[in-house]
Amino acid sequence: MIVAFAIHPMDQFVVSRWFCHDDAATPINECTTGIKWYEITNVTVWMAAAVLVIVLLMVVGSRGRAMIPSRIQSVGEMIYGFIYKMVEDVTGHDGVKYFPYVMTLFLFILFANLLGLLPMAFTTTSHVAVTVVLALLVFLGVTILGFVKNGIGFLGMFWVGSAPLVVRPVLAIIEVISYFVRPVSHSIRLAGNLMAGHAVIKVIAGFASLAAVSPVVIGAVTAIYGLELLVAVVQAYVFTILTCVYLRDAVGGAHH
Amino acid sequence: MEGEVAQLALMGKYIGAGLATIGLGGAGIGVGHIAGNFLAGALRNPSAAPGQMANLFVGIAFAEALGIFSFLIALLLMFAV
Repeated sequence: MIVAFAIHPMDQFVVSRWFCHDDAATPINECTTGIKWYEITNVTVWMAAAVLVIVLLMVVGSRGRAMIPSRIQSVGEMIYGFIYKMVEDVTGHDGVKYFPYVMTLFLFILFANLLGLLPMAFTTTSHVAVTVVLALLVFLGVTILGFVKNGIGFLGMFWVGSAPLVVRPVLAIIEVISYFVRPVSHSIRLAGNLMAGHAVIKVIAGFASLAAVSPVVIGAVTAIYGLELLVAVVQAYVFTILTCVYLRDAVGGAHH
Repeated sequence: MEGEVAQLALMGKYIGAGLATIGLGGAGIGVGHIAGNFLAGALRNPSAAPGQMANLFVGIAFAEALGIFSFLIALLLMFAV
């Protein structure tokens, strides 16, 4: 017997217009086709929600600037201090200048991930189109910064000085390939993790249509939800720390 | 005849998507290897462990990325091809 899913696990990732209702109830309907760039969709709404939460936390919540911080202010300070220390540790003293950008990336990805976990929410970071922009900006920024800071010497990064001379050309080819794969893996990691996690929740929830296993399903979904909460934070952390690692190449230069 | 070819292509698509998930096993081995070795090292020298947390996560992220690629190929086979 084939148990078909009532709701397809990938339906949650369909981009559709906000304030649009279609009775067709299929993933491809009037609300989801022919969307123009200026139209408000669930992606833009949840991105705006992430920005709003960041503003509430970091601007409104910390407005008091109290010596003894309120609860919200201490959360903001904790995140700030955590990311500042990470940038300082990984990129070195010269990299602290780029802390605001790294902080922006971290907060946006963190809150996009966490808001995406709300029931009925849309996970903007589960779309490669969203994460690839973030990753490409880091990639282009790091490349331009590397050439501005080190001149043509930035290319020395691909010439591994510590390896024997014979294998250096081969290593150079591998290094160049791995350099250009960076934005791909950087973005796919985030989108893939989020998409896989949310799809798993929906697949397991789909088994609840069998009444016999539905109590087990509730437990399993709760457990995976907890795991996804961890994944949301860890993936935001991983994205930012990799940004710092890439930044170190540009700021520190290859020869040190 | 045309229908049979389409059916065969569909079958190949599903089998290919299933085969692509084998790659996730490799990522599992890699992530487990990194985390296990980190724990082994951390138990020998617990005072050095907190300083290496960043390296742990970077290592896990790199190992995991390759598994995510195979997941991506499975998705491409299912929805894009």
